[in-house]
Formats: sequence, structure tokens, C-alpha cells
Amino acid sequence: MTQSVVRQTSVTEAHAAIVGSGSRRRWILLATGLVAALALPWLVYPPVAMDIAAMALFAIALDILIGYTGLLSFGHSAFWGSSAYMTGLIATHYGVPFPVAVVGGAVFAMVLALPIAYLSVRRSGIYFAMVTLAFGQMVYFVGYQWSGLTGGENGLQGVPRRFFGIELVETESFYFYYAALPILLLGMWAAWRIVHSPFGRVLVAIRDNTPRARALGYDVEKYKVIAFVLSAGLTGLAGGVFAISHGFVALTTLHWTTSGEVVLITLLGGIGTLWGGILGAFLVVMLADYLASSGFDGIDLVTGTVFVLVVLLFRRGIWGTVHHQWLTWLQRRTSPRRTQADADPAGPRP
Amino acid sequence: MNAVLQYAVQGLAAGSFYALAALGLAIIFGVLGVVNFAHGAFYMLGAVTAAVLLDTLGLTLWWSLLAVPVLMFVFGVVVERLFVQWLLRLDPLYNFLLTFGLTLVLVELVKQKYGVSGLPYKPPGILQGRAELAGVVLPRYQLFVFLFSVAICVLVWLLMTRTRVGMIVRASTEKPELTRALGVNVGRWVTPVFGFGVALAGLAGVLAAPFRAITADMGNNFAIILFAVVVIGGLGSIVGAVVAGFLVGLVEAFGQAYAPTFAQILIFVLMALIILVRPAGLFGREEATR
Repeated sequence: MTQSVVRQTSVTEAHAAIVGSGSRRRWILLATGLVAALALPWLVYPPVAMDIAAMALFAIALDILIGYTGLLSFGHSAFWGSSAYMTGLIATHYGVPFPVAVVGGAVFAMVLALPIAYLSVRRSGIYFAMVTLAFGQMVYFVGYQWSGLTGGENGLQGVPRRFFGIELVETESFYFYYAALPILLLGMWAAWRIVHSPFGRVLVAIRDNTPRARALGYDVEKYKVIAFVLSAGLTGLAGGVFAISHGFVALTTLHWTTSGEVVLITLLGGIGTLWGGILGAFLVVMLADYLASSGFDGIDLVTGTVFVLVVLLFRRGIWGTVHHQWLTWLQRRTSPRRTQADADPAGPRP
Repeated sequence: MNAVLQYAVQGLAAGSFYALAALGLAIIFGVLGVVNFAHGAFYMLGAVTAAVLLDTLGLTLWWSLLAVPVLMFVFGVVVERLFVQWLLRLDPLYNFLLTFGLTLVLVELVKQKYGVSGLPYKPPGILQGRAELAGVVLPRYQLFVFLFSVAICVLVWLLMTRTRVGMIVRASTEKPELTRALGVNVGRWVTPVFGFGVALAGLAGVLAAPFRAITADMGNNFAIILFAVVVIGGLGSIVGAVVAGFLVGLVEAFGQAYAPTFAQILIFVLMALIILVRPAGLFGREEATR
């Protein structure tokens, strides 16, 4: 029985532990990532840089579920969008500094995620994807109908960007990026901690063999609900920053296409890799920005084609492929007699 | 009383679309293990094709009811051969994602070709207007849709229970390994079954053409409600798909009549209740879980 989309991390991490060079490589990666994050608004238009960073955290939060718990949520727009609206409402009505509003939005997303998670984890696999998709659509309709609060199809206009009266941050996108980046980096760090904690180990065990995890005495449903709510919270952080950055909240933040887009980003970057989400977000947001600025209005045509191609030909994603090649290379170097088949983490193959 | 009956007929007509399409979805899932995200897009293509056939060749609804399912069958076979078959042995989520990508492409292509405003479609004269039955005035077209789709469901049911093909399909739905062990080549039926399921979605689209606005987006929300339908009915169950289809149609119609703000939300609330009380769905069995 095929359980999860990807089951390579536990194996790859075991390899990394054996090889022993994981820790130095991790510091190099972290330093490179940090420099890239700091340099980004110099290289691309600052609001686009903000979008990339926010989508990256969104994809990483989703990866906790898809890659490490084996649950494909197709309804994460519900948490992205509801946090965006809640953040916007708090910022508009209470005049608090934007990080406070963002945290408020993330907490709201978690509260919303609790009942959805409780119901959704009663099914797994493909059913889970369908049920979360349906709940996502339900939240969309609530947002659509409750136009007194959300502005309906017009969206929530004029969300202020307050930051302790520091005018540069409040008006210039370039400086706002540096004010908001710590929130997103904190979220990414939290995701990393969740995945690499004993709790994360249990999630991986549930992903790889649910009956065995249950037999070992773990309350599988409880773990899934907690993972889902944490993922929704991190998604909410990203959605809140996205809302403040744009200064308005559109109804599309709740739409199922947003759920699809973030699944694509996670898949393109590499499921179960965390880092892949950053790469995927960079590519997808840059592509969307390029297409929009070149006057091409059929973006779904491109997104859909990329989706089909990645699923058919490139299921490991970018980071997954690179990581796999790297491990194969390491394995060859350390024990030449081993074949590539040994290093092949039971990846998504027939 | 009169109003209630009218809403009921309206709900049963709307439910007909869900029932037919969900039937196709359930059959495809049963034999291929694929949840076809593109089912809504195929429904939309059915309606658009009917409108185009009427516009260019002058084919009326009667001919479209015959021609469009055949065309959609061929299209389904092509899609299965080109894309779906490569992922059949992997986790079913991959085909879910693949058909999601296909949906985006199909919807966008139709949008580019026919724009975002609705295409016009008129049913034949005999189906227009209202009919009076025992003192109750009901729209003829809605009655026709309901009776026609019930007839199709009965036909499919006969096909499933009275013919050898149907037996093979049911057997491979319920016990694929055992069916193989008995010497039935299950793989041979995969492509035609996919085509058949797509044809049913297309047929639902043709029926919906005079009743709904024909736009590229008409299948999007439809597909998601369809998922709610099969979760309610139990995805492994063919009867469940049909019953839940009509049920959801009724909920939608009465919701629109008495609480229009909550009409769409009610369907998902119903789904949540079913998951809470009977996670496998009304007619589903726990073993059917994949």
C-alpha cells in the first residue's frame, strides 16, 4: 500500500548521519540562504521579494504536512487567506504595529485549523486531499458572503502598515522587507525545529507506517491534528505578512487556486526537503511576475503545464534531485562497491 | 406546498448533474484508483461542446446528448493514454495533482478561446416553458433532466449488474487482486472505463448547458462540490455517488430558497457532519479506504 507521496527524508537523514558531514554542510547552507534572503530586495523589485519570502514560508509550512506527515492538504488557502483577512482587520481597526497584527492573524488561522484538522484527519490519503479542498472552499464562501467584514469581491482595502512610527518601514517596500523578514525567518526556523524534534520523528513514523506508529502507542490522530494546526499557524504568519505587504487582501487569497499554487511550489522545490520551498517560491513568483509584466494573461496555462510536467517527469523536485545526486556521489566516494541502487532513497517510483 | 415541490424538482435537476458526474468519478476511482480532479473541467467541456455544436452545425440538444458523450469518451481515452496511465502504479495523489494541472490548462484554453462571458444555449421547444402536473406547475426542462438522468443511472446500473463487462468492473472495483487472480485482465478495462467516466461528466455538462451559464469556470466549483458528494456517498460506492448527488442537489436548492447566503456552505456542513458520524460515507465501507 502506497502511503505517502514521498518517504525519502528519513532515509536521507540516516545517510547524512552516517556520512557525518551534515553539520558543516548545514551551516554553509544556512549562511548561503541568509545572504540570499538579505540580498533579495537588491536583486528583484522589493514587493516581489516580499512575495517570494512569504510564499517560501507558506510552502515550507505545507511541507511539514505533505513531506513529513504524509498528508496532502489541498485547502491551505483557508489559513493563508483567513490570516490575511484577520491581520488586515486587526491592522485596520486597532492601529497596532504590523507584527502584532500578523501574530493575531496566525493565531486565528490556528483556531480555524483546529476543527478542520479534527474532521479531516479522520480520513487519510486521497480522501484527506478532497476533504481539505472542500473545507477550503467552504471558508472561501464564508469570506465571499460575509462581505460586511471582508469586503466580498472587492477585498479588504487600505490595510495600514504601522511600525512604531518608523516612516521608512511604513512607506518604503525596501525597508519593510527587512522589518518583515525576521518574522518569516522565525517561522522557517520553527518549521525546521518541528521537523527535527522528537515530535517530528513521530510524524515521519506515522507517514512511513501508520499502523506501526499506532501499535507503538502513539495517538496518530492527535499528532496529525497538532502537525496540521502548527502548519496552519506558520501559513498564517506568511499570509499575514503577505497582506500587510500588499496593503489589501483579495478574495483570491482564499481561493482553491492558491492552495494549488502552494502545492505546486512545494512539489517543484521538492517534497520533504523544506529548502525546496524557498527555491520553488522563487521560481514560481518570478515566473508569475515575468508573465504578468510581459502582458501574458494566461498564467494558469503555464502553471498547469508546469504542474503536469513536474508530476510526470520530475517528482523529486529540484532540491530533492540535487540532494539525491549529492547522496549518490557521497556514497560512491565512501564505499565504492555500493551501487547507486543502495543509495536510492525509496523515492517516488513505481 | 407548490413552492416546496418546485424547489424539490429544481434540486433534483441540479442533483442530476452531480449524480451523473459523481457516477463517472466513482467508476474511475473504482477501477483506476484515480480521483479525477479534471472531472469538473470535463463537465465544462461537455457543456461548451454542446454550445459549439449548436452554434456551428446546428445540432440540437437531442443530438448533443448522443454526440458529446462519444466525443468526450474519445477525449478521455486520449487523456488516459497520454497522461494518466504513467502514474497509475504510484500513489493516487500523483494523478490527483496531474489532473489538477490539466484542469488549469483546459479551463484557461477555453477562457482564451471563448472568453469569460457565457455562451448561449436554448433547449428544443418542447422542453421550454412549464408543464402542469396534477395542479402543480413545474418547469419542463428540470423534469426532463431529472427523468433522463434517472434513466441513465438505471441503464448504468443494469450495465453493471447484468453484463459481463459490468461484473468485471465491479469485481475489479471491490477486489482487484482477487479479480486478477481469477484470470481477468483488469488492465485492459482501465482505458475504456476512464473514457466512460469522462463521457458521463460530459453528459452532465450537456444537460446543464441550457440550465447554467456556460463559462470556462463553470466546472471549478462543480468539481469541489463533486468531491463533497463522493465523500458524503462514500467514494468506493457507485450507489452512494448517485444518492449523494441527488441529496446534495436538494440541499443546494432548498438552501438557495430559504437561506441563500448559506446555500453553498450548507453542502460542506453536511459533508463535515457525515465525516463526523460516518467517516466512510453513507454507503462506503471502511475497507474501501485507500
